[in-house]
Amino acid sequence: MAGQFINLLASILLLLAFAMLSQRRIKLLVSLFMIQGLTLFTNTIVIASTTGQAHLYYSALLTLSLKVVILPWILFRMIRQLNVEWDVETLINIPSTMLAGIAIVIVSFNLALPISHLAGTITRGTIGIAMACVLLSLLMMITRSKAISQVIGFLSMENGLFFAATSTTYGMPMVVELGVALDVLVGVLILGVFFFQIREKFESLDLKHLEKKEE
Amino acid sequence: MSAFGLFTQLMQLFLTVLIAPLLMGWVNQCRSWLQNRKGAGIDQPYRKLGKLFKKDAVIAKNASPLFRGVPYVLFGSMCLAASIVPSLATDLSFSKAADAIALAGIFALARIAISLAAMDIGTAFGGMGARREMLVGFLAEPALLMVLFTASLISQSTSLTVIVETLAHRHVEIYPSMAFAGIAFLMVLLAENARIPVDNPASHLELTMIHEAMILEYSARHLALIEWASSIKLFAYVTIGIALFAPWGIAQSADWAGMAFALPILILKLLVAGFGLALIETVLAKQRIFRAPEFMGTAFLFGVLGMLVHFLLGA
Repeated sequence: MAGQFINLLASILLLLAFAMLSQRRIKLLVSLFMIQGLTLFTNTIVIASTTGQAHLYYSALLTLSLKVVILPWILFRMIRQLNVEWDVETLINIPSTMLAGIAIVIVSFNLALPISHLAGTITRGTIGIAMACVLLSLLMMITRSKAISQVIGFLSMENGLFFAATSTTYGMPMVVELGVALDVLVGVLILGVFFFQIREKFESLDLKHLEKKEE
Repeated sequence: MSAFGLFTQLMQLFLTVLIAPLLMGWVNQCRSWLQNRKGAGIDQPYRKLGKLFKKDAVIAKNASPLFRGVPYVLFGSMCLAASIVPSLATDLSFSKAADAIALAGIFALARIAISLAAMDIGTAFGGMGARREMLVGFLAEPALLMVLFTASLISQSTSLTVIVETLAHRHVEIYPSMAFAGIAFLMVLLAENARIPVDNPASHLELTMIHEAMILEYSARHLALIEWASSIKLFAYVTIGIALFAPWGIAQSADWAGMAFALPILILKLLVAGFGLALIETVLAKQRIFRAPEFMGTAFLFGVLGMLVHFLLGA
């Protein structure tokens, strides 16, 4: 029963990854990121309670505080201050992105099959989904032109990695996890500063301006 | 073919045909409530049908016999579809005749018939509506088939009655693949029944209408049959949804107690589903027609994901 619940949550994560890929509005993108964090938290709690791994409770709490409360709060604040609530510009149109997404899912499911045969965890079936989540977030970073949606893609990629770690080996060591969490937090803060600098320089958050050489 | 099977079959068929307009009326009534209007009452579709049947039919001068025949083809195929879908009981005599894939074919037959009739008169609206209908149809059909395939993979059969029996009889098991299929099916349902994100059933604006554009030339009993058929289509789609995603309570074997239970449960499910449909239509806005391919593409994507997840997780 718990295994089925974990599978369901994993499928929801995959669904959210696709929803983020197809989302046009930045505010909804952040809300989706928040829901992703919440699903990840529930998933980690369920895995922790079924396997009796106490340290997973701490990482679940870390996920809850960082990815559901603090980071979305920072992102919402940034969006308000930068005044970038308009539609996201995508480099490739959304249906083609979705088709590429299906291809990614097929590839990652195939890649994950041998790994899941090796793993002994009850969550081994979901490794393919975790891998797909990571690659879909990467695809989102590639296909978006605005800096802020790329950062959200980066953050959801970190979510995918965390999920992959929990489903293959019941999570990383606590030190690593804390380190990664701190990295992500600091990364977002620094990128937030960058946003303001980019906008001051180019009067837009579109990263294609960065490609031109400054004279 | 057992006598009981024949009885449940006939009873389900008559019941479906008779209460299908009621579901349409309920959806419209809920929509009115949600939009702060009083609404026309849930028996409004019957009044409309009665009014239309009383009138004299007017047919365009250059209409071919095809134009006259299509309402009957439409009504007949929808009745067939409604009799295949197990809404009350799974012990249906006709269900052996057609499986889930044939069901998609029956819907396609109806779509082709109405599109041909729309083009038959040669008005601009008819042709435009038919083109748009075929566009939506050819995008929605693969998504519907993917949903049906996912359910078939779980129950190892494409027969709808077997699918319902396996899904309802098993222990409570969570199928993540069915969650994906459910979303895909909801999107297909909205598109195929000319509901709001794709088409607005209440609109007669030339830029937006799809279904209404095709039936503009029909009047009186022909129009009544078409309206009736489209309400049976909605009913059939909702009952397919119930059969696939909430099959509990459908009478399984040849017993009278099960049948007596099945009807109130079905009505309860229909009330909930109709309200949900009205809620979706109130919350969402009509999309541009050029967004329809994206909408249906997403539905197809969810259908495919459901199948892939089934293969990965084995559930």
